[in-house]
Amino acid sequence: MKLLPLAVKSAWNRRLSLSLTILSIAISIVLLLGVDQIRKEARNNFINTLSQTDLIVGARSGPINLLLYSVFRLGNATNNVSWKSYQELSSLPQVKWSIPLSLGDSHRGFRVLGTNRDYFKFYRFAGHRQLEFATGGVFDEVFDVVLGADVARKLGYSVGDRVIVSHGLVSAGFADHDDKPFSVVGILKKTGTPVDRTVHVPLEGISAIHVDWQSGARSTLRLSAVQALKMDLQPREITAFMLGLKNRIATFRVQRQINEYRAEPLLAIIPGTTLSNLWQLLGSFEMVLLAVSVLVLVAGLIGMLTTIISSLNERRREMAVLRAVGAHPHHILLLFLLETLIIVSLAMLLGIALLYLLLWGISPLLTEWIGLNLQSGALDAQQWLFLLAILSLSLVISLLPGIIAYRNSLQDGLTPRL
Amino acid sequence: MARVVSLSELRFTWPGSPRPVLDIERLDIDRGQHLFVQGASGSGKTTLLSLLTGINQPDAGKLEVLGQDLAEMSSIRRDRFRADHLGVIFQQFNLLPFLGILDNVMLPCRFSPRRRKRAGDVGAAAHQMLDELQIADGLRTREVMQLSVGQQQRVAVARALIGNPEIVIADEPTSALDSDNRDAFIDLLFRRASEHGSTLLFVSHDRHLAAHFDHRIDLGEINRAQHEMNP
Repeated sequence: MKLLPLAVKSAWNRRLSLSLTILSIAISIVLLLGVDQIRKEARNNFINTLSQTDLIVGARSGPINLLLYSVFRLGNATNNVSWKSYQELSSLPQVKWSIPLSLGDSHRGFRVLGTNRDYFKFYRFAGHRQLEFATGGVFDEVFDVVLGADVARKLGYSVGDRVIVSHGLVSAGFADHDDKPFSVVGILKKTGTPVDRTVHVPLEGISAIHVDWQSGARSTLRLSAVQALKMDLQPREITAFMLGLKNRIATFRVQRQINEYRAEPLLAIIPGTTLSNLWQLLGSFEMVLLAVSVLVLVAGLIGMLTTIISSLNERRREMAVLRAVGAHPHHILLLFLLETLIIVSLAMLLGIALLYLLLWGISPLLTEWIGLNLQSGALDAQQWLFLLAILSLSLVISLLPGIIAYRNSLQDGLTPRL
Repeated sequence: MARVVSLSELRFTWPGSPRPVLDIERLDIDRGQHLFVQGASGSGKTTLLSLLTGINQPDAGKLEVLGQDLAEMSSIRRDRFRADHLGVIFQQFNLLPFLGILDNVMLPCRFSPRRRKRAGDVGAAAHQMLDELQIADGLRTREVMQLSVGQQQRVAVARALIGNPEIVIADEPTSALDSDNRDAFIDLLFRRASEHGSTLLFVSHDRHLAAHFDHRIDLGEINRAQHEMNP
């Protein structure tokens, strides 16, 4: 290949402008691959908010609504599930485990979830990850509370602190369950899921703080915490529950069985499916991001085109000299293709290096701030396809200066007309 | 074969131009000649050279270089033919600024295996050419643009002669030189062309240079296209 050294040396001669071009393309490659990486990870993280749960059951409403309040603690249930139905359905032969969920109260902006010890045993996210404790452990007593990582960090709680739960979702002094404080017995490790923003108490705790409440207001008859403990704290209803089945193949059958449950209108959803649907609803922003980064890349390539085209005139003499020593016009065209190949290859190497540097630098921060776990593994097939597309696109683009130079060299003959 | 160039009834019109710029009844150049082609600017000198080097093709007429009809060759063969058999020296800006001086001298050997073979050890041949053209060792590692115009033109001669091409074509090679340098340059060019057995075709508008040459033609006289324009 007699032209490659010529192309390299010629490019080296214009290294300042070309290195800026390389940098701008590299940055747009970082942006494109980075956005792609983050959107995939974000999707992955989202879909993995909850795993290994086969069905979520709540009062009949929309699937997304049920998912939102049971998993994301967003919005409210329109209705509750009776304890009796929960008992019956969770003891179906196909069911391996169940987690009751009781929502409705809050603590300084964080939702309070009433549940049982099975929650800590069976709840899974991001594939196989289990809830782990940063300090302390699972609740034992009625007035014990386990905090999600964000709750503890934002409010500065540690094990042994007292927590007062508010009735409803807005903290207004008059609706505080201040007569029955909870004490922190455990703080969970960061998960990157809504669990981090949840205050977990035993179901009995939820019952206990409501024994002297009727239809959303404190009754005149007041009961102390000690008195409450003596009462029957078995809940009469819960908000929703999660089911893990012995065999996943049974999922659809159990789902239908629950949806057709006679005693009470219930809805069972498969969380993975509904999570995907919800992501599709939310996820159009990722396509916008991707489109923006494609445009940035196109701008980078046009920048390269500008740089090369603006050098065409000063390089006319070079082309005439090359023609004089025997270069064919095809060689001239090839020189421009080679130059683009050099620029874009270097830009890709630089871009990939910058991407990994960036991922390595920000991924601990992303995990810390928003619980997004970035895997800085090898590029996936789609990203290689992106790179291949960039390379082909830039070679097509470089045909333009190549053809101009080709035609110039035909017209110029031996003497460039400048 | 004594003729290196033989052309007859040659006509050429630049694309988009209404009139031919070149119309020559007959021109023969013998091997080993140093021929001075004189012509005012616009008389078609450069056009004649592009035809002789096979970069442009005549509209009509016969053009044989080294006994081969250029019109019958493919464009790739013509470019190869030029690389193999012709050395070209321009008015100025002969050298590629991004290559070193030695690389510039060796450039034709990159495109012509024949000249590479004839040069033998290409690097040594380049040094020898530069010795002959009095480019001191210390200058050879410099950047092209650090050389004076006279030095650049001598490097261009080295490039034109490396691998002993049969024909050296020089297009106003002295127009950027002062008169002392010019005479020395022409002497050097003659000596080297003779030593390497190359036929020299030297084109210039400057009739004072004609005194150096044994063979002279005036393009203004033989180019009939010019007669029509200036009757």
